[in-house]
Amino acid sequence: MKKIIALIILFACVVSTKAQETIYPSKENKEHFVISNATIHVGNGQVIENGSVEINNGKIVKVSSGSTTPGVRVMDALGKHIYPGLILPVSHLGLKEIGNGVRGSNDFLELGDLNPNVRSVVAYNSDSKFINVLKANGILLAGVSPEGGTITGSSSVVQLDAWNWEDAAYKMDNAIHLNMPNLVIRQVRSRASTATPQPSPADQLKEALRKVDEIKGFFKEAKVYNLEAAHKETNLKLEAVKGLFNGTQKLFVHADQVKQMLVAVDFAKDFGFNVVIVGGNESYLVADLLKQNNIAVILNQEHRLPETEDEDVDQPFKTPAALQKAGVLFALNDDDETTRYRNLSFNAGTAAAYGLTKEQALQAITLNSAKILGIDKTTGSLEVGKDANIVISTGDILDMKSSIVTNAFIQGRPVSLDNKQKQLYERYKYKYGIK
Amino acid sequence: MKKLVFFVLALSATCITRAQQTFPVNGVADQRKVAYAFTNATIVKDGQTTLQNATLVIRDGKIVAAGSSVAIPKDAVVVDCKNKYIFPSFIDIYSDYGLTPPQRAPASFDFRAPAQLSSNQKGAYNWNEAMKPEVNAANIFATDEKTAKPLRDLGFGTVLTHQKDGLARGTGVVVTLANKKENLIIVKDKASAHYSMNKGSSTQSYPSSLMGVIALLRQTYLDGQWYKNKPASEGLNLSLQAWNENQKLPQIIDASDKWNDIRADRIGDEFGVQYIIKAGGNEYQRIKEIAATKAAFILPLNFPMAIDVDDPNDARLVSLAEMKNWELAPTNPAAFETNGIPFCLTTAELPNVRDFSANLRKALDNGLSEAKALDALTKTPATLVGVYDKVGSLDGGKLANFIITTGPIFNPKTQIVENWIQGESYNVKEEAWGDVKGIYNLSINGNGNTSNYSLDVKSSTQATVISKDSLPARFSFNGKIVSLSFSPIKRGRSNIRLSGVANGDTWNGNGEDTSGNRVLWFASYSKPTIAAPDTTKRQTQLAAGKVLFPFTGYGWDSLPGQQDLLIRNATVWTNEKEGRLENTDVLVKNGKISQVGKGINAGPAKVIDGTGKYLTPGVIDEHSHIAVVSINEGAQSVTSEVRIADNLDPEDINIYRQLSGGVTTSHILHGSANTIGGQTQLIKLRWGVDDEGLKFKGADPFIKFALGENVKRTTSSSNNRFPDTRMGVEEVLNDAFARATDYQKSLKGADAKNIRRDLELDALVEIMNKKRFITCHSYVQSEITAAMRVGEKYGVRFNTFTHILEGYKVADKMKAHGANASTFSDWWGYKTEVQDAIAYNAAIMNAVGVNTCINSDDPEMARRLNQEAAKSVKYGGMSEEEAFKMVTLNPAKALHVEDKVGSIKTGKDADLVLWSANPLSIYAVAEKTIVDGIVYFDRERDLQLRKNITAERNRLVQKMLGEKRSGMPTRPAEASSQKVLQCGDHAEEDDDLETK
Repeated sequence: MKKIIALIILFACVVSTKAQETIYPSKENKEHFVISNATIHVGNGQVIENGSVEINNGKIVKVSSGSTTPGVRVMDALGKHIYPGLILPVSHLGLKEIGNGVRGSNDFLELGDLNPNVRSVVAYNSDSKFINVLKANGILLAGVSPEGGTITGSSSVVQLDAWNWEDAAYKMDNAIHLNMPNLVIRQVRSRASTATPQPSPADQLKEALRKVDEIKGFFKEAKVYNLEAAHKETNLKLEAVKGLFNGTQKLFVHADQVKQMLVAVDFAKDFGFNVVIVGGNESYLVADLLKQNNIAVILNQEHRLPETEDEDVDQPFKTPAALQKAGVLFALNDDDETTRYRNLSFNAGTAAAYGLTKEQALQAITLNSAKILGIDKTTGSLEVGKDANIVISTGDILDMKSSIVTNAFIQGRPVSLDNKQKQLYERYKYKYGIK
Repeated sequence: MKKLVFFVLALSATCITRAQQTFPVNGVADQRKVAYAFTNATIVKDGQTTLQNATLVIRDGKIVAAGSSVAIPKDAVVVDCKNKYIFPSFIDIYSDYGLTPPQRAPASFDFRAPAQLSSNQKGAYNWNEAMKPEVNAANIFATDEKTAKPLRDLGFGTVLTHQKDGLARGTGVVVTLANKKENLIIVKDKASAHYSMNKGSSTQSYPSSLMGVIALLRQTYLDGQWYKNKPASEGLNLSLQAWNENQKLPQIIDASDKWNDIRADRIGDEFGVQYIIKAGGNEYQRIKEIAATKAAFILPLNFPMAIDVDDPNDARLVSLAEMKNWELAPTNPAAFETNGIPFCLTTAELPNVRDFSANLRKALDNGLSEAKALDALTKTPATLVGVYDKVGSLDGGKLANFIITTGPIFNPKTQIVENWIQGESYNVKEEAWGDVKGIYNLSINGNGNTSNYSLDVKSSTQATVISKDSLPARFSFNGKIVSLSFSPIKRGRSNIRLSGVANGDTWNGNGEDTSGNRVLWFASYSKPTIAAPDTTKRQTQLAAGKVLFPFTGYGWDSLPGQQDLLIRNATVWTNEKEGRLENTDVLVKNGKISQVGKGINAGPAKVIDGTGKYLTPGVIDEHSHIAVVSINEGAQSVTSEVRIADNLDPEDINIYRQLSGGVTTSHILHGSANTIGGQTQLIKLRWGVDDEGLKFKGADPFIKFALGENVKRTTSSSNNRFPDTRMGVEEVLNDAFARATDYQKSLKGADAKNIRRDLELDALVEIMNKKRFITCHSYVQSEITAAMRVGEKYGVRFNTFTHILEGYKVADKMKAHGANASTFSDWWGYKTEVQDAIAYNAAIMNAVGVNTCINSDDPEMARRLNQEAAKSVKYGGMSEEEAFKMVTLNPAKALHVEDKVGSIKTGKDADLVLWSANPLSIYAVAEKTIVDGIVYFDRERDLQLRKNITAERNRLVQKMLGEKRSGMPTRPAEASSQKVLQCGDHAEEDDDLETK
C-alpha cells in the first residue's frame, strides 16, 4: 500500500507524536517564509495559478503569482493547492464528546428556556479528540454554540490549535443563538406514547406562536433595560443580549421553515438586529426576501434528503446556487453528528456539483463564513494583512478523491495534522505489516 | 293532504300459539301478533328484482311474501305505500355495535422503557395478549339504542358486530338493530372469526412491528395445528382451543391498507384460509394486485376531506399523493366493481356515521353503479357471513327487515320514511310519508271574521302565504303537528301564529292573531304546486387525476418495459480483469448485458450516447432500511421469525431518490434492537413494481444479527430485557444455537410430527444448515471475536459483519473465519462503541484480504455511496478501481449474487449507471440508472416530472380552494410525514433515538 499521508516535516516544533495526548499545540511562529509554486485559492473567488503566499509574523504579507521575495525561506508546494483555513461556522465541537448514552460527556444542552447568558466558550474542551480530526481535513476555525432552550446562549469562534479555551478563543461571544419554535403542523406519524398526552398539532402551533410573542417581549424588555444607566436589580439574562442592540453581536436564528424565517425577518426589522439564519432548508423559497433584508444564511447540511416527498430530489444540493443567484450572503456548514463535521469541504463540493462554481463553493466555507461570524477582518481569505490561516492540499479540497491535506497553518504556526485516527491506522498497519 | 295510513281493524283469531318467553312482565301482558300488508309499493326485492305496484306481507317479524299478486291476509294491517319504495334494509358486517370499543394501548413499544415480556391477561389463555380468539361477541353484546338509531336512520337493519381489539379478535355475532332484549335480536351467534394487523389494547411489548404482527399470526396458525393433539406441555389453552374452533367460520381480517390487504391474503394463502378483507380505501391505487387476492372486501367510505390550502407555506408540505388521494378515494368502490372484485360496504372508519349517505353518493358520482351499491349493502354481506337465508332480500321466510322510502334509494332527494326491523316499525322521517307539498286553502276565524289565504307549502319546513302579496312564513310540519306564523301584511311586524294537527289532507287548530286574540283555523289541500324540473340527475364527474405507480409525483403512468439498449462510446468501469475501458460500447438485451466492446452494431436497440461519460455497474448497498414499513421487532432478544419481506413498501420515495444516486440493489435489513433480529430482503430498485416485484429473485436469504450497545439498550436507564452486557449478548447467541440444534434433532426424531413448528427456530436451523446467512451489526473487537467463536462452536459462519468499525483490529481473525465486512467510510464518535472508529478501516480490512464493502444505513447517504467509496482513496490510499468495487462487486460477493450483478460482464444483469464524470468524484452525477435493462431513473425525465408535479399540485390546490369556497368542510394542511428509517428505529416511532 502506498504511503499517502506524506507529512512534510518542515519545522522543528512539529514533533513526531505517539499518542493523541502528545499532539502538541504549536508554539508561536514569527518566521518570515513563503509557500510557493502552488495554485492559490484566495477564498474570494480569485485563483492564482503557480502563485505564492508570503507570511511574516503570523500574517499574510504578500499573495502573488510566481515571484518570491529573496532571502525568505521557501516552502515548495509544487502542484499543490493552497486554501484559506476552512471554517466550521456552527457546531458542538468541544461541548459534546461521546454524546449518545454518556450524559457526562455532554455540555451543549443547558436547562431552561431563555439562556442568553450561557456562554459556550467556557465549556469548550480544547483537548476533544475530534479537533485534531477536523484539522486534518482543513478545518482550522469553528463556531461553538450551545443548544438548550429557545434562546440558547452565546457562541464563540475558536481556532483549533490551543492549550485551553482562553487560548482557543478567536472571537468571543460573537452571536446569540435562538431556536425558532416549530411553526408547521405535522401529521402524527404514529401513535406516540400517550403516557404523557401530547397536545394536538394545532395547540402546539398556538403554543409556538405564544412562544414567539414571549421572545419578542423578552427583547423589548431587554432593550429598555440596556438603555438604563443603572439597574436597581441586575438581570443577567437581559444584560446578556446587550450586544444585539449595539451591533456587536449577531442573532443566529436556527430556522429551516419559511414561516420561521419570516418571523426572523420580523425580528430584524423590529429590533434592528443583525440576523443570521442557521439551517435554512427552505431558504431558497424566500431568497429574495432574505436578500432585501440583508439576512445571511448558514446552510447546515447539504447532504440531506429533500424536505418533502415532492421536492426536487437534488433540492438540498442546489439550494446554495439559488442563494448565490439571489445575492444572499451564505455559508455552508456540516452538522453531521455521525461523522462529526469532518465533511465540511464535501458539503461545498456537492454545492459545486449542483450549480456553484468551485470558487464560490470554497468561499461558502471560508470568506463568507468569516463575514457571517464577524471575523473576516482577520481570516477567511488569503489576503494581505490577514492571519496566516492556511491549508495545503495535494488536490481539489472539495472532492474526496483528491482532498488530502498535507499542511496547515494557524496564525502562521504550522499545526500538527496528526490525530487519533491516524495513530490507530499506524498501529494496525504495524500489526499487519502493511506498508 | 292525502290520507296515508289506513288502518283496517281486523280482529280475527288467527293466532293460535302463544309466544312464550322466560322474562317476567312488569304490568299487563301486551303480546301482539299482527300481520301487515304493504300495498301499491315499488318493491325492490334485491339488486336484480324490482316489482312495480306490488305488495309485501309480513307476519310475526318475518316476510310472508312480496310480489305483484300477493294475497292480503284478512287479519293484516294494510299500509298503502303508493309512491313509496320498499328495499331490504342494509347490512354492515364490520361493526362493533353494542360492544365497548377497546382502550387504545397506553403506548407503543418504547425502546427506552422497560419491556412487558408476558401477557397481563389472567387465566388459561394465550401467551400473547394481542391474541384473543376466545372472545365471543355474543357473550358481551348489549343492545345500544343510541348507536342503533343513527344506523337505522341510514337504512341499516342488521349488523355483524365484533370486538375490534387484538390480532385475533374472536367471533362476531349477527344482530338486528331492533330496540329489544338481546335474546330476541341475535340472528346468528358465532357467525364469523375476526383478525386484524393491529394489536389494539395489548400492552405486551411483542409484537412491536408489522413484521412481528405477521409472524405472530403465522406462528399461531402453527400453534393451533399443534394444539389439536392436546400437547401435555401446553395444558389447557383456551385461546388456542377457540382459535381452532373458529377456523370453520367465515374469516374476516382488518387490513385497512392496499398493501396490508395483500399481506393479509398471503398469510391466508399459507394456511389455506381465504380471508374476507376489510379494506382501507386506497385499494384503487393497486387494483390489479387487489383483484389477484381473489378475496371479498369490506370497503369503508371514509373519503378524506379537502385540505385547507389557503396558506401556500403550509400547503407546500402536503404531498401530492395525499392531494391525489383526496380526489381519487371516492373512485375506490367503482374500481372494485370495474375489476369484478366482490365487495360490501361498511360504516366503519367514518368520523361520523351520518356521513355515510353523502359519501356513498360520492362513490356513485364516481362511477359505482346503483345496483352494485345495493348488492354491497344487502346480498353480498349477507352471503359472505352465511345469513342470506335470513336477511338481505325481501324473499318470504326472511326477517321483516326493510325500509320504506320516498323514491329510488340512491336518489339524493329520496328520504327513508320508516325502517322496519323484525316486523316492527322504526320512525326515520315520518313526515316524509306524505308529500306535504301543495297549495292549501287556509281560513282563519277570529271574532266571527274569517280571513282566507292560499298557503303554498314547498316542504316540511318551507311555505309561503299568498294573499295580495306573497308573504314569507315560518312553517314546520313533522308529520302530525303543523305550526305556521306569518305577518298578514307585507313586511309587517306583527305575526299571526297558528298551531294545529294534520289529519290526512286537512289541518286544523288554534292560534293568536296579530293583536294576540285567539283564533281558530282550518286548512285543506287544494292542488299540487307546479313541480320544478328535477335537476338532480347524477353527473358522473370522473376525477381528472391519474393513478400513478408508485402513487407519488415521481411515479409512472404505466410501468416501463424492457428494451434493448446500446450505450455507446463511454468509459466503462467493468470491475473485471479488463478494468476500465475507454470509448467502449455496452449492448443490453432482454435485461442482460449481451456484449461489451467497440463499434457494436445497435440493431434494434435504443442507442444512448455515452461520449464523455462513465458507465459502471449499479451501486449495491449492503445495509439499507428503505422501502419498508417497519424494521425493528425489538420486543424480544431473538426474533428470527420476523421477515423484512413481509412489510416491504415499494412506494417509498427513497427508492427513487437512491436511483438518482446510482443505486440498483439494496439489502434491506432488520434493525439492531435485538441480538437476533429478523430475516432480511435483497431488493432491486424497480421503481413502480409491487413488493414481490422488488425482490432480488434467486438470491440467498440472509438474517440480521446485532451486538453491542443497541442490543443491550444502552440508552435505556431501565432495561429489563436480557442481555444488558456483551457477556449476555454472547450467551443469547449461544443459547439460540443450542436451542436450534436440539430442535433440529427433535424434528428428525421419532416424535417429529408432534413437535411444535417454531418459526423462530426454523430460521435458526436454516442458518445452521447454510441455507440462510448472517449479516451482523457489530462495532468493537471483543464482540466480533466472541460472535465468531460462538458461531464456530456450532459450525456457523458469520457471513458478513456490518458497521464493523473496529474490524481493522481483528481483520486477520475475520479473514480466517471467512467473514465479509461492510462498513461506513468515516462515521465515528457518536457513541461509546465507536470511539475507536477510523476512516482507514475499510482500507486496512481490504489490505488484509477481507472482502470489504461500504454501506449506507442511511437513505440520504445511500445516494452518494460512490463518494463514500472514494473516501478510501483519501483515507488509506486505495486505488480508484478497488475503492469503487466496495460499493459494487464486493457487496455482490458478500451477498452471494456476484454471478448476477456487481460488474459489467456478458450475461450479467444489466444493472448500470451512466455518470457525468468519474464516478468517484463528488462532481459526478448519475444521469441514467438502469435495472434489468430498464431505465428507472433518467435525469431528463426527472426534469419533466418536476414540471408535472408542479402542474398537478396546482390543479388540485385550485380544486380544493373551490371546494372550500363552496362551503364544503376542509381539514387543516398538515405536513405529510416522510418515513426515514435507520438501524435503531422502531416501528411507529418518530424520533430516531438509537441510530446506527
